[in-house]
Amino acid sequence: MELLYGLITGVLFGFFLQRGHVLRYDKQIGALLLQDMTIIKFMLSHIAVAMIGVYFLYDLDLVQLSLKPTILGGVVIGALLFGLGWGLLGYCPGTSLGAVGEGRLDALWGIVGMLVGAGIYAEVFPYLKTTVLTWGDYGKITVPQVLGVNHWGVIIPLLICMFFFFRWLEKKGL
Amino acid sequence: MKDKNAWNPYLAGALSGVVSISSIYFVGKYFGASTTFVRTTGMVEQLFSPERVAKMPYFIKELPVIDWQWMFVIGIAIGSFIAAIGSGDFRIQLIPNRWKSKFGDGRKKRSLIAFIGGTIAMFGARLADGCPSGHGLSGSLQLSVSGYIALICFFIGGLISANWLYKGGK
Repeated sequence: MELLYGLITGVLFGFFLQRGHVLRYDKQIGALLLQDMTIIKFMLSHIAVAMIGVYFLYDLDLVQLSLKPTILGGVVIGALLFGLGWGLLGYCPGTSLGAVGEGRLDALWGIVGMLVGAGIYAEVFPYLKTTVLTWGDYGKITVPQVLGVNHWGVIIPLLICMFFFFRWLEKKGL
Repeated sequence: MKDKNAWNPYLAGALSGVVSISSIYFVGKYFGASTTFVRTTGMVEQLFSPERVAKMPYFIKELPVIDWQWMFVIGIAIGSFIAAIGSGDFRIQLIPNRWKSKFGDGRKKRSLIAFIGGTIAMFGARLADGCPSGHGLSGSLQLSVSGYIALICFFIGGLISANWLYKGGK
């Protein structure tokens, strides 16, 4: 049953990704060259809506959070590496599959590369686990925890910032 | 940047956010994509040396099995296909437009760069423990510190390599 939910959720997500034209190489590289902010608008809108919904349900005790630990060594180095690769490939792991669905078959090479990358990581994981993945481990922390405020004290200012950022993007025609 | 035949990205993003909330509410599952690549690689390696895979710590941590996220990632391809066919966007294309205008029609160079980019990106995503879905969307919407750090570093890395590729000499 869980597998069926996964499939349905993926189909819906893929549908909206495609309709937003977020899956395109041109759009992803456009964002990284600061020429076309379509994917940023999509991501931030997703975050804004889901953040309100999830924390609303969280306050009612209807959902649980699933946080990833903040290990500075892994997150900073890993995410920078990811970004370098992403700028070359022009698709991220989720959008590469969506791009194939749209007929953009150059993404297949990226998918093969990503499978190889996962294999290399699995080989060196035991070594990384005792080195990089121990550097700056702060555990599972959230922004409101760090600031010592209620989560709405972060969500509302964040939404206001997004609103003005979106207005600025539209004014600039990005 | 006006884009005919596309929905407003704010609307599409917001609707995808509603899908995200439903998934978390009904199944307790947050979006993510990169672990699926680990599981798939594990499945492929299992075909050749099952004993070895069974002993590797990373494949013990992320078992080579089909799970919720695996189906989710496959679903993305299907959903995109349906939307692309329905809107007339579907087109078999081997070289993206922007790439073509800078580097021309050669398939070898695009394939090679895509392959190398994919390899580096996935290694990085595993080290960071997430990609733009797991960290960027799911982490950020939960206000996780790791999500925001990752999101910023994804873009810094991407700005560097994309600008190196497109702004530098050919």
